[in-house]
Amino acid sequence: MNNKIKKLIPQVLTILFVVLIFGFFTINAQVNMDNRGIDFGFGFLKQEASFDMQFTLLDYDGQDSYLWAYVVALLNTLLVSFLGIIFCTILGVIIGVARLSQNFLIRNSAAWYVEFFRNIPLLLQIFFWYYAALRALPLPETAEPWFGVTYMTIKGYYIPSMIWENFNVFLSCLIAAIVSIIFIRIYAKKLQEREGKQLPIFYISIGLLIILPLLSFLIGGVKLDFELPVLKQLAQTSFIFEGGIALPPELIALVVALSLYTSTFVAECVRAGIQGISKGQKEAAASVGLNPNQILKLVIMPQALRIIIPPTTNQYLNLTKNSSLAAAIAYPDLVLVFAGTALMQTGKAIEIVGITMLTYLTISLLIAALMNWYNKKIEIKEK
Amino acid sequence: MFKHLKQLTSLVAMIAVVFVFTTEAMAKKSKTLKNTQKKGFVRCGVSQGLPGFSNADASGNWTGIDVDVCRAVAAAVLGDANKVKFTPLSAKERFTALTSGEIDILSRNTTWTLSRDADIGLTFVGVNFYDGQGFMVRKSSGITSTSQFKDGISACTNIGTTTELNMRDFFNSRGIKYEPVAFEKADEVVAAYDAGRCDTYTTDKSGLAAQRTKMKNPNEHIVLPETISKEPLGPVVRQGDAVWEDIVRWSLNTMIEAEEYGITSANADSMKTSDNPAIKRLVGAEGEMGAAFGLDNDWNLRIIKQVGNYGESYKRNIADTGILPDRGPNQLWTKGGILYVPPAR
Repeated sequence: MNNKIKKLIPQVLTILFVVLIFGFFTINAQVNMDNRGIDFGFGFLKQEASFDMQFTLLDYDGQDSYLWAYVVALLNTLLVSFLGIIFCTILGVIIGVARLSQNFLIRNSAAWYVEFFRNIPLLLQIFFWYYAALRALPLPETAEPWFGVTYMTIKGYYIPSMIWENFNVFLSCLIAAIVSIIFIRIYAKKLQEREGKQLPIFYISIGLLIILPLLSFLIGGVKLDFELPVLKQLAQTSFIFEGGIALPPELIALVVALSLYTSTFVAECVRAGIQGISKGQKEAAASVGLNPNQILKLVIMPQALRIIIPPTTNQYLNLTKNSSLAAAIAYPDLVLVFAGTALMQTGKAIEIVGITMLTYLTISLLIAALMNWYNKKIEIKEK
Repeated sequence: MFKHLKQLTSLVAMIAVVFVFTTEAMAKKSKTLKNTQKKGFVRCGVSQGLPGFSNADASGNWTGIDVDVCRAVAAAVLGDANKVKFTPLSAKERFTALTSGEIDILSRNTTWTLSRDADIGLTFVGVNFYDGQGFMVRKSSGITSTSQFKDGISACTNIGTTTELNMRDFFNSRGIKYEPVAFEKADEVVAAYDAGRCDTYTTDKSGLAAQRTKMKNPNEHIVLPETISKEPLGPVVRQGDAVWEDIVRWSLNTMIEAEEYGITSANADSMKTSDNPAIKRLVGAEGEMGAAFGLDNDWNLRIIKQVGNYGESYKRNIADTGILPDRGPNQLWTKGGILYVPPAR
């Protein structure tokens, strides 16, 4: 009994302390807001936002509510984070493997890449890509086409947009292909366990992915047209491209800077993961007759991933949070639009900053949960 | 019966307590003024660098007509126009800095609007510059009027300003599709516009004129003649300190009225013997004009002597620097402008 109380007292005191601190801040904020005639409330979310956004994934207009502006801005943040995570992973794995290459040149350039990009502050890199690299780009009227139909200009990257006919048919064919690939994989695994035979799964998958959608064009009546960007004159020396899709330079600069920066950390995680597997594993795998490809895929990687995933999760979280630096270069993300413009127009500082913090917290926790689930899945399962 | 009596007495006691507290609070002089005098400097929020309004030189000396408002208050309440601590703020930060008590005056080319005045715990005390939103374009574009704007035009501007809202109203009412590119800092807007990211740069016309001087080649840019909004710019204080509010308001009014009566920093002392009682009141030679604020009688004389009248401030900061040589609406009402302040009496 005595012991129990002894253990309990510090815990109760700690909780009391935390509650008191929170209480103090809440009361303090309330008193100050009362003194200054500031109301607290979330009613503003229903009001008309009355400002426009440069780049949105969903339809948004200034007549929409602050709530909708929040959703649209959140999607912009998620888009940058998503693209950043994809690119930094691809780049990070390549660089990480390259750092362990036998080739002197590859190994050292990878090392230099890592040291260079991870040791320059991210904000500086964003500014570099946006201001320095942007100034080097041509104006729309002098832009040379890339691949014939896309234009990289100071006002953005213009690419053709796709105009589909019977898109549903194409989509169902694609889904059918993916589903059948999953089934074939399951079957192939069983076949190998039962009879030791191996199916060329890779080639079958590729084949299915190409043939089924192709069939939809030939038989299903699917048609695909491209709308090309066309140069349009606004004034004597002012041009833009019309038609197609315009990727704003702010988005490009941000994704490039975030991916390059974060990929260095991912690369180090990958390198650490691979180096963390003892040499004996590789030799043992070779001695049972696996080829180098199989060794990497079946022996090294499954074990390395367990080391790679947890620190890489951190990097993904960092990238997502760092995407808030978008505000510096006018990319309409959550911080610029919601914690910036909306905050200014409504004056609801505590509410808006609170919502924004909660949003980032939620995104981060979701990513962490997803990665933890994946980590669990590839953990050693004691049989 | 006793129960009711008890309730009644407690009610009376409560009312008495409230009454005592409120009357005591009313009798006290301004809390902000007291704090300012204790600290020995006026805490003033300004822009991050807008020539003519608030701009720091290489050695950190702030100048501009917005800066002069704070200097006037410092001269009035502390006796020295240099006792000001300037805090550069972005458009986004400014109101929070004021409401949270980090600064006591926000004098940062801020537009007076209903929602700002009513909603966010602020009080606007007056107008020190009548402005309107305009557009800047490259001369080479051949655009000479906003009527030549076409669908697809990209416009660079600041976030957190009325500019963003006016721009939308303007383009929407004309049915023009436009691309808004909104930055947090003015320097970033200018850099992006200068690089060719945007076809036009929109903000208050005074701001355009001032920022133009910062461009690589100012002569390549013109400000279009149209004005698309009313932008009365003026100093702001926190809600809840009426005396401080009055001090700031009348410091500004003193500068404007001094110009009206021809009192300048050079002749202020000699005006003490003027025959005109209005002039005498403005230089502290008649009446008790400072008492209501808890200030001495020379507070307005110090403003005029140390900072100068509005005309001197305008000339020094905006006309002589080539930003806007023509005073336009910011001329006295007696000379065809709209500067008109209540009399100091």
